[in-house]
Amino acid sequence: MNKSYNIIDHQYDVIIVGAGGSGLRATLGVAEAGLKTACISKVFPTRSHTVSAQGGIGAALGNMGEDNWKWHMFDTVKGSDWLGDQDAIEYLCSNASAAVIELEEYGMPFSRTEDGKIYQRPFGGHLTHNGEGVPAMRACAAADRTGHAMLHTLYQQSMKHNVEFFIEYFVLDLLMDNEGKCCGIIAWCLEDGTMHRFLAHQTILATGGYGRTYFSSTSAHICTGDGNAMVLRQNLPLSDMEFIQFHPTGVYGVGVLISEGARGEGGYLTNSQGERFMERYAPNVKDLASRDVVSRSITLEINEGRGCGQNKDHVLLHLEHLDAAIINKRLPGISETASIFASVDLTQEPIPVLPTVHYNMGGIPTNYRTEVLSPSKSNPDNICEGLMAIGEAACVSVHGANRLGTNSLIDLLVFGKSASNVAKEKVKPNSAAIKINSNSTEEVLGRFDKLRYSSGDTKTGEVRISMQNIMQKNCAVFRTQKLISTGIENFKNIETSLENLNIEDKSLIFNTDLTEALELQNLMAQSKVTLHSALYRTESRGAHAREDFTERDDENWLVHSLVWLDKKGTVQLGNRPVHMNTLTNHIQSIPPKKRVY
Amino acid sequence: MVQFTLPANSKVVEGCIYQNKDQNILLKKLKIYRWDPEKQENPRLDTYEIDQKKCGPMVLDALIKIKDEIDTTLTFRRSCREGVCGSCAMNIDGINTLACIKPMNEIKNEIKVYPLPHMKVVKDLVPDLSEAYKQLESIKPWIEKDPETRNDKVHLKKRERKQTPENRAKLDGKWECILCFCCTTSCPSYWWNGDKYLGPAVLLQASRWINDTRDSRRKERLKEIDDSFKLYRCHSIMNCTQSCPKGLNPAKEIAEIKKAIVTEK
Ligand SMILES: Cc1cc2nc3c(=O)[nH]c(=O)nc-3n(C[C@H](O)[C@H](O)[C@H](O)COP(=O)(O)OP(=O)(O)OC[C@H]3O[C@@H](n4cnc5c(N)ncnc54)[C@H](O)[C@@H]3O)c2cc1C
Ligand code: SF4
Ligand code: SF4
Ligand code: FES
Repeated sequence: MNKSYNIIDHQYDVIIVGAGGSGLRATLGVAEAGLKTACISKVFPTRSHTVSAQGGIGAALGNMGEDNWKWHMFDTVKGSDWLGDQDAIEYLCSNASAAVIELEEYGMPFSRTEDGKIYQRPFGGHLTHNGEGVPAMRACAAADRTGHAMLHTLYQQSMKHNVEFFIEYFVLDLLMDNEGKCCGIIAWCLEDGTMHRFLAHQTILATGGYGRTYFSSTSAHICTGDGNAMVLRQNLPLSDMEFIQFHPTGVYGVGVLISEGARGEGGYLTNSQGERFMERYAPNVKDLASRDVVSRSITLEINEGRGCGQNKDHVLLHLEHLDAAIINKRLPGISETASIFASVDLTQEPIPVLPTVHYNMGGIPTNYRTEVLSPSKSNPDNICEGLMAIGEAACVSVHGANRLGTNSLIDLLVFGKSASNVAKEKVKPNSAAIKINSNSTEEVLGRFDKLRYSSGDTKTGEVRISMQNIMQKNCAVFRTQKLISTGIENFKNIETSLENLNIEDKSLIFNTDLTEALELQNLMAQSKVTLHSALYRTESRGAHAREDFTERDDENWLVHSLVWLDKKGTVQLGNRPVHMNTLTNHIQSIPPKKRVY
Repeated sequence: MVQFTLPANSKVVEGCIYQNKDQNILLKKLKIYRWDPEKQENPRLDTYEIDQKKCGPMVLDALIKIKDEIDTTLTFRRSCREGVCGSCAMNIDGINTLACIKPMNEIKNEIKVYPLPHMKVVKDLVPDLSEAYKQLESIKPWIEKDPETRNDKVHLKKRERKQTPENRAKLDGKWECILCFCCTTSCPSYWWNGDKYLGPAVLLQASRWINDTRDSRRKERLKEIDDSFKLYRCHSIMNCTQSCPKGLNPAKEIAEIKKAIVTEK
């Protein structure tokens, strides 16, 4: 078999897998340091999912009202329901303003205030004075197309620095040596069907989230968490996989997102009785409460029969009271989205919305230096050599049990840069070539070849939809032991069909029949560990709401969960302590307290 | 009429027909261009019949339904499914557009789907855009700062450069471009001189940088583009503006560039 794959070898100092916001930011930094760098992506950089981000980038510039990075840190810790690592959160928030200003330097077309500064808007969960003050104007925005502006800006800078890109290369797996150090990756070039082995001193995974495990998700089709699955296949753990953010306002029926910026600009939600129900659930900040809180409130309204429409299964988001000129200027993208996908003119009528899967707080565990962790009994902070992870794929963890809006884009910038600094420190330019002493290349190609020639009787699409339905039903906003266990039982059936796929297209050039099957394998692994992690955590915290364990349980569960999946498909679970310590003495650790908005 | 560059000596032939014999369906027919580089065969038009009642409203929904349920070999690019990433640009019913925001209902009869015209085809609906990407790079689409005009005191304090809302507004209609190349591949001048003429998408990017008041190379940028082939192949035919799925107006921006070259010489 393998003989028929001609492998083209490459040697680099550092490779980055992924050309979204985090991957491009890291690539830029590494290239600037003079290291031999390659950035590998399954799609052209500006088609990455970061392009969809709408509302803003979180940084306490204080351009439109008083603000302070320490308040940003307080909000992030509270938003995370105290599951975020405070050293990493300090690193994020104290470096946020510099990262945004650097992006402006790169040419980012931010919207502007009257006096020419970067425009900022309020967002859920962002307040002043350690949660005691008025909402903070903290989301740095380019209209409601912030992700588009940011991703294009970073790509423009990469062109300026002559970065070596390998575009439409699908990365199959990591290559590890016998000592467990990462030595690079294997990628399949879709354009001409060739196989490539990239050996490198450091491999940085920036492969994004796995939103497509669910039926209804705001994520792009390419969000299949490939990097997470690659890590699982090396017997390394993922962390906090039970924490999946439901965004309160996905467009009913299609799942495309209406940014929280809409509520930041003055929008509000109502139920079938026309009541602004968020006033009941979050009396202080109302519609600008944290996402998990708003999503649960909407779900409760619907469950109690106060949903809108014929089936009483959604609520309404109102913007029609706002000045049409403001909407045109600040929210042109969502006006377009509402009109195309909901046939709604939002200056005239409300938009039907529903909580929709949006973000993965969990992922590849790393420290604040973005080094991937391989926790052992004796050392929960043990490092896996040669491997780093950033962006939505990583669990640093700055988002803990619930991410605040705008904190992902800033995470991409700050930790993308941090990864490049650490790589710079670890790899000297022109280091000796890497040699690999294991047979992992053969293993990877074996898996690929087996799938390519599988001729069962099930289509990839069939298995995917069954998986998505299970996740949607059994691992939703509210969870119980019974619900999740049923999900795990049902999942076993579709696992057998995964072994029984039929790949019609056997070719190698742009074979998307095969890429989708590879992505499905990745999604399945992540769905499975997500279900098990959700069952494991017997408390309610942030986005993880257990109806059978309704309280947060700091005594037993102020820990990150860890989950391993071995080759036979057996799941193993464990914990890792949360870093309650801060990084410096600029700020004191923020002790857990009850989370009210 | 749109013309296509097809693989050498190839005539598009009628292909397979996938009938839907179910009762009580809202039948929609799609005729889709197919070509596999690894087979020595002519391109063909396959016909697929789907039940529109069991399918989302957009053309991309239909393509995905076909790939999931009828023919898994059908090949096309897609990512965001909300018209912001530019992956799914193709020629639908004779017009270049994004499949994910093109409602099937806007097309009365059968839906004809081809790849973007006049580009090399990689496979089925996947065009080779590498030349267009190179052209983009050739106009240096990144900010160049003039150290002289940069207020260093501001810099030391780690503050952003200021830009008035009026100056920022000069970028509107330009920075939103998603590089789908619907416009470029609908431009007759580009079809005939695509190797030298930059085409509307890249010229729009040029104008995005020419008009950024934070950039220090306006003069040089105008000079570099003042070329009979790069710029002046545009004869204001307006196909580009008509096809832009984001409602941008590259033709107007190209005219503005020409005007600036004349007035600022
Ligand atoms: C609709 C929407 C709006 C949002 N708005 C905001 C907002 O306003 N503010 C905010 O902070 N956050 C927002 N988010 C979240 C944020 O956009 C994402 O979390 C973030 O963009 C993820 O970036 P990333 O760099 O981790 O990965 P991505 O942008 O997802 O990129 C992943 C990259 O990895 C590559 N890749 C993946 N697998 C492979 C493989 N097998 N081989 C090769 N390459 C591979 C892909 O090609 C891609 O380049 C929003 C999210 C959504 C869905
Ligand atoms: S206006 Fe110019 S760029 Fe647009 S289609 Fe016509 S010739 Fe091409
Ligand atoms: S101008 Fe419009 S059609 Fe042309 S590339 Fe940009 S978005 Fe696409
Ligand atoms: S899939 Fe992104 S534009 Fe259509």
